[in-house]
Amino acid sequence: MNTTTIETKTALDGAVNPDVREAPLSSAQITDYDHRQTVGRITADNPKMACREVNVYYSEKHALRQVSLDIGANEVIAFIGPSGCGKSTFLRCLNRMNDTIVSCRITGHIQLDQDNIYDKSIDVVQLRARVGMVFQKPNPFPKSIYENVAYGPRIHGMINGKAELDELVYASLERAGLIKEVEKRMDEPGTSLSGGQQQRLCIARAIAVNPEVILMDEPCSALDPIATAKIEELIDELRENYTIVIVTHSMQQAARVSQRTAYFHLGDLIEVGETDQIFTNPRHKLTEDYITGRFG
Amino acid sequence: MPISHDAHTVKQFDAQLANLRNLVLEMGGLVEDQIKNAVKSLDDEDLTLAREVIARDQIINGLQVKIDEDTITLIATRQPVGSDLRLIMSLSKAVTDLERIGDEAEKIARMTIKTYDVVSSPPSAKLLRDVTPMAKLATDMLHGCLDALARVDVEMAVNVARGDDNLDQEFQSALRRLITYMMEDPRTIGHAISVLFIIKALERIGDHAKNIAEYIIYLVKGKDVRHVSMDTLEKDALAE
Repeated sequence: MNTTTIETKTALDGAVNPDVREAPLSSAQITDYDHRQTVGRITADNPKMACREVNVYYSEKHALRQVSLDIGANEVIAFIGPSGCGKSTFLRCLNRMNDTIVSCRITGHIQLDQDNIYDKSIDVVQLRARVGMVFQKPNPFPKSIYENVAYGPRIHGMINGKAELDELVYASLERAGLIKEVEKRMDEPGTSLSGGQQQRLCIARAIAVNPEVILMDEPCSALDPIATAKIEELIDELRENYTIVIVTHSMQQAARVSQRTAYFHLGDLIEVGETDQIFTNPRHKLTEDYITGRFG
Repeated sequence: MPISHDAHTVKQFDAQLANLRNLVLEMGGLVEDQIKNAVKSLDDEDLTLAREVIARDQIINGLQVKIDEDTITLIATRQPVGSDLRLIMSLSKAVTDLERIGDEAEKIARMTIKTYDVVSSPPSAKLLRDVTPMAKLATDMLHGCLDALARVDVEMAVNVARGDDNLDQEFQSALRRLITYMMEDPRTIGHAISVLFIIKALERIGDHAKNIAEYIIYLVKGKDVRHVSMDTLEKDALAE
C-alpha cells in the first residue's frame, strides 16, 4: 500500500493541492495525547475504502486520532458514539468534505479502491460523485423534483439527450423507493415533499451520479418512525449495489441496518466489530457503557 | 468483557434490573426450601409437610409469571443491549429452570404421600439409602448456582457445572442398586419404582442447576457454553 502521508490546509471548495508530504507520520508526533488502541478487527475481507492512521485537527484541537479502518464493499457500516466523538468528522474525511473547513488539517492515508483520495491528482468533484453524501436534514435544491435528480448527471456530463436523462431520473427515484409518490408531480418543487420524501429525494439525487460509496450523516434523525423505517428498508436494498457508511445517534438503528459497527469516543476509534457482537458482547468497557446507557 | 457495574444514566433502569434480579433470587430461595422440605417430608414421613410443599408450588408458579411480565416490560421499554441484554436473557432462562426445579420438588412431595399415605408396609431403609446423599448433592448445586447468580461469579458457576457429573454417577449407581433389589425380591418393585421417580427428580434438579450455571457464564463472558464438553466450558468460562 502507498503509505504517503498527506496534510491538507485548503480553503473553501478545497479541490486543489493538498500539501503532500512524503515522510510517514513519526511516532513522536502521535504521542502527545493519551491515544486508545482500537479493539477488534479493523480490516475487511473485501475493502472498498482503507483508512490508515487518520488524524484530524481543527486548529489546535486534535479531533480524530490515529483512526485505521477498512470499509468493506457492499457492507453497511455504522459509526456510533457520543456527540463530539469524531464520527461525523471521520465520515466527512471519506469524501473530503472537511476540505471546506479552513482550520481543518488532516494527516494519514485514505484509499478508495486503489486511489489515494488525498492525492494531488484527485479531482474532488469526481471523488464526491464516487463517494456521495446524504445529510441529516433533507436539503433538496430549490428546484423541481425532476431537476433535483437530473442536476448531478447533467453537470457530470453523464448523459446524452433528454430520453436518457429521463430514464436515469426515473431509475434513481425508483431505487430510492420514491417514484410512485412523485411520478405525477415531477415538476413540483422538491421542497413541497414531506420530510421523509425529501430525504429519499436526496438519496435519489446521490445515487443518480452512480456513486460507489454513500455516506449518510444521521439520515433519519429528522424523520418520523414510518419515514425512518422506509429509509432503513432502502439502505438494506441499496447495499446490493453500494457501500454505505452511516453515522447515527440511534443505536437501535445501527443495530438494525448495519453489518459492522464502529464505536468512537473523544476522537479515538475504540472498537469495531460485527454489529451483533458489538450489541450483545462488546469487548471494550467504553463501548459497553455507551450502548447500555451508562454515561453520566 | 466483564460486566459494567456503573450506574445507568436512567436510574429507573437500574432499579428495574435490580428488582428483576431480586425477584429471581427470591424465587430461587423458595425453590431451595421446597426441595429441602420435600426431601424432609420423605425422611420424616411427614404428610402434612408434603402437602404444604405441593401447595406452595403455586407461589413459585406465580413468581414465574410475574418475572416474565417484568422481563417483557423491560425489553419493550428499554431495548437492552450488551451486558444488560445478557443479564435479562440469563435471568429469564434461569426462571424457567427454577420453575421446573419447583415441579421436581412437588413430584418428590407427591411420592412421599404415595409412599406413606397407605396401609401397606413402608419401604425398607435400604431402598431409600441413596435419596439423602443425592438430595445433598442436588441442593448444594442449586445453592451454588443461586450464589453464583447473586455474586455474578463465574468460578462458582463452573464448580456447579462440574458437580453435575457427580450427581449423574450417583444416579447410575443408585439405579443399579434398585434393579438388584427388585430382582432379589419382586415385592419391593412398587416402592422401588417410587424411589426411582424420586432419584430421577433429584438428578433432573442437577441438570437444571447446571443450566443456570451455564447462563451465568454466558452473562459474564458472552460465550454460549450449552451443549459443549466440560473442558470447553471451563476453558471459555475461565479465559481472560
